[in-house]
Amino acid sequence: MTAVIESEGLGKRYRRLWALTECTLSVPAGRVVGLVGPNGAGKTTLLSLASGMLAPTTGTIEVLGGRPGAGPGQLARVGYLAQNAPVYAELSVSDHLKLGARLNPGWDAALAADRMKHLDLDPGRKAGTLSGGQRAQLALTLAVAKRPELLLLDEPVASLDPLARREFLQDLMEAVAEQQVSVVLSSHLISDLERVCDYLIVLVGSRVRVAGPVEELLASHHLLSGPRRDPATLPAGQQVISASHTDVQTTLLVRTAGPVLDPAWTVSGVTMEDLVLAYMSQAGLGRGRRHLEAQR
Amino acid sequence: MIEFHLDGRSGVAPYLQLIHQVRQALRLGLLAEGDQLPKVKDVAAGLAINPNTVLKAYRELEYEGLAAARPGVGTFVTGTLAGASLAAHGPLRHDLQRWLAKARRAGLDDESIEALFVSTFRAAGEEGVA
Repeated sequence: MTAVIESEGLGKRYRRLWALTECTLSVPAGRVVGLVGPNGAGKTTLLSLASGMLAPTTGTIEVLGGRPGAGPGQLARVGYLAQNAPVYAELSVSDHLKLGARLNPGWDAALAADRMKHLDLDPGRKAGTLSGGQRAQLALTLAVAKRPELLLLDEPVASLDPLARREFLQDLMEAVAEQQVSVVLSSHLISDLERVCDYLIVLVGSRVRVAGPVEELLASHHLLSGPRRDPATLPAGQQVISASHTDVQTTLLVRTAGPVLDPAWTVSGVTMEDLVLAYMSQAGLGRGRRHLEAQR
Repeated sequence: MIEFHLDGRSGVAPYLQLIHQVRQALRLGLLAEGDQLPKVKDVAAGLAINPNTVLKAYRELEYEGLAAARPGVGTFVTGTLAGASLAAHGPLRHDLQRWLAKARRAGLDDESIEALFVSTFRAAGEEGVA
């Protein structure tokens, strides 16, 4: 299967600050990709680069095999929903749909009408008076009805209440099931990502810390706890992602292709939350294995 | 048709939860051969989960010989887990209800009842009685 996003050494600098560095990714088609990381990690920058709203400073990025934003053909294949679901406050709901129909060659009017009926939005209402949830749903309708092959969603549910959030994700998953659209969505809400995502990218401090199919990532990471010991003494194939120690005990989250055989460890599986938190906290530990000494 | 639900806090992978619910429904006779399972699209939209998760669960059920996909129509139940024992469910359930009422009268709370049942179930299994 072809990649929806293929990047090589991708980087973006704003004046002196690198928002994204050495980003090399190959995201397969047909996935719902969760993009997670702390604020300022580079999530929005990556999505903007993929949509063609920004041009890279270094490296290359291909989206669906083409250069992002290169001409109407490429634009039609990608749906991009920026943070906070921007709509035109002074335009009515039906004006938005008319705009969508005029601006997008592949506009699916039946799908848009269907969604409007289901959402029960008054077509005459100005978008500026809609609730956050309704605005997000209107923006999603525009993005979905252009029938893109890839949907890029920047924190689409961040400002929504739990019910609106669930409804948004239900509609998104319905679109994924019906139209086989690939999705990349950034979010802080790991419980949501656990339900909808089957591919994960963790971005911290402008770098990709880990990326891969969720199932593979969960299977290759383990939580080890046992008597206190120096993580440097672990077998070569076991990469320590995060470590914490008390005076008698050591708890590690390790990545390894093989099983953990050392009987000194109590081994348990990890959840997506464990995984994300471990990679996020890893940034603070530095890259060395000296933190055991540092904690004494 | 059955309706799926998900326990986000159970730590059990969502596709396994779906498989478990189908097996459970088959055991209890809620699903029988020829019944249609909910459409992938409807499950994905209803639970807000990835359609691939539903597909994976259905593929696993196909592999176990419990379901089969008819392209363009849906996935249908082809096997059964209850079998001839289903007829015995009614009386057994009745006995169990009587036993539960007795346990409550003796002052056992839900947790104690569950603990007693599980430990007895295990012990019986070990003795080869069950």
